[in-house]
Amino acid sequence: MKGARASRTTIALKLGMAVSGFIFLGFVLAHMYGNLKAFAGHDAFNEYAHHLRELGEPMLPHEGALWILRLGLILSLVVHVYCALVLWRRAARARTTKYVMKKDTGATRASLMMRWGGVTILVFLIWHLLNFTIGKVNPQGGATNDPYNLMVDTFDLWWMTLIYIVAMLALGAHLHHGIWSAAQTLGWTGTAAKRQRAKVFGFVTALIVSIGFSLVPLAVLAGIITK
Amino acid sequence: MNLTLKIWRQPDAVSAGAMHTYELADVSPDMSFLEMLDVLNEQLNDQGEDPIAFDSDCREGICGMCGLMINGDAHGPEVTTTCQLHMRSFSDGETITIEPWRSDAFPVVKDLVVDRGAFDRIIQAGGYVSVNTGSAPEAHSVPVPKDDADRAFNVATCIGCGACVAACPNGSASLFMGAKVTHLGLLPQGQPERDERVVNMVAQHDHEGFGGCTNIGACTAACPKEIPLDVISQLNKDLRTAIKHGH
Repeated sequence: MKGARASRTTIALKLGMAVSGFIFLGFVLAHMYGNLKAFAGHDAFNEYAHHLRELGEPMLPHEGALWILRLGLILSLVVHVYCALVLWRRAARARTTKYVMKKDTGATRASLMMRWGGVTILVFLIWHLLNFTIGKVNPQGGATNDPYNLMVDTFDLWWMTLIYIVAMLALGAHLHHGIWSAAQTLGWTGTAAKRQRAKVFGFVTALIVSIGFSLVPLAVLAGIITK
Repeated sequence: MNLTLKIWRQPDAVSAGAMHTYELADVSPDMSFLEMLDVLNEQLNDQGEDPIAFDSDCREGICGMCGLMINGDAHGPEVTTTCQLHMRSFSDGETITIEPWRSDAFPVVKDLVVDRGAFDRIIQAGGYVSVNTGSAPEAHSVPVPKDDADRAFNVATCIGCGACVAACPNGSASLFMGAKVTHLGLLPQGQPERDERVVNMVAQHDHEGFGGCTNIGACTAACPKEIPLDVISQLNKDLRTAIKHGH
């Protein structure tokens, strides 16, 4: 190919997905840490939330550091979704006549769920932001100015907890394949042993994230965390 | 063995195809899969029907010419080529579904025959090393570490059959490219063209309409030569290095 550019290839799109994916991984781990503050009680949880807004002051304006992080996440989201859509369309066009019979021998279920799992997480993300960040929707109709109380009000409803648990299962499956896949895309898995290590790391991290996030809603529902 | 065969029939590249059902009796379990199709074709000939077109050449599992989707697995249930698959891998009374490789980059020519010219064009784009012609070079003038030589040899066993593309849910040829890039990139002779090789091969791959890789691993499970998934990591690493070098 004359004038071929490395940055215009499908592998460059995959690199975009891998790097933005690892940024998300760092974010969910930090987010999970903040959530677990709920076990330390009302004041510890709210102070953490408040402190996030004061981070970097007085060097940065109020919510300055928070917005720098948010811009990084928004940029990552744009890159991740854009690359996914282009690759999804390419894959659909690569096989327009389907097999009558096709087994996906050698494939894990998580690896085959990446695209719809990603859509599930995106839909959840929109609800989650409406619930706790942008709209602050209290499904019980109560006050919304207190992060801890809003959280308890939300997860006191069994169906809200269910939505969050389903989303965390989707996230866990996405990370289970996504982490190892990103390592492979970045070229870090050049031997069988390294590949195995990346897969184990992906699985364990996925387990930690999905369980870590699910603990708080389940604890609220079980009455361990209360107002 | 008595078998029911559901086979894709398509008269030519432009006509629509469909699955046809055939009954075949007295199949020996010692027959190869292609011999079984040969017997079916003799039966079709006797009945005045057009025999089923399928590709084959060496029938020794080393040329990469044959390749069929058998019961949803590329090259069938064993880790080998279609010609080296034997009927003992199936049971009496079984229904076997046989389809051509499905990839828009591998258009169907007739029945089970596909045009894998896209692979040739990927090789032309970068799957080579340039050497001066003339007398044969002294074999020991360019030392190659044993580990590299072994690994290069192992991945050079890729026969370009296309099973990786056929098995891939994304229709990607990354395992094929990875095998070539790893094989040539591990050897000193492959270094001068290393960056251009990966960029040109991947650009040709994308141009042919193959999909992107999502590291599912169905390719390596289908590969009759057991090319490991490591080669795709090497492919990605070489492309990343090429980006760093400004390609």
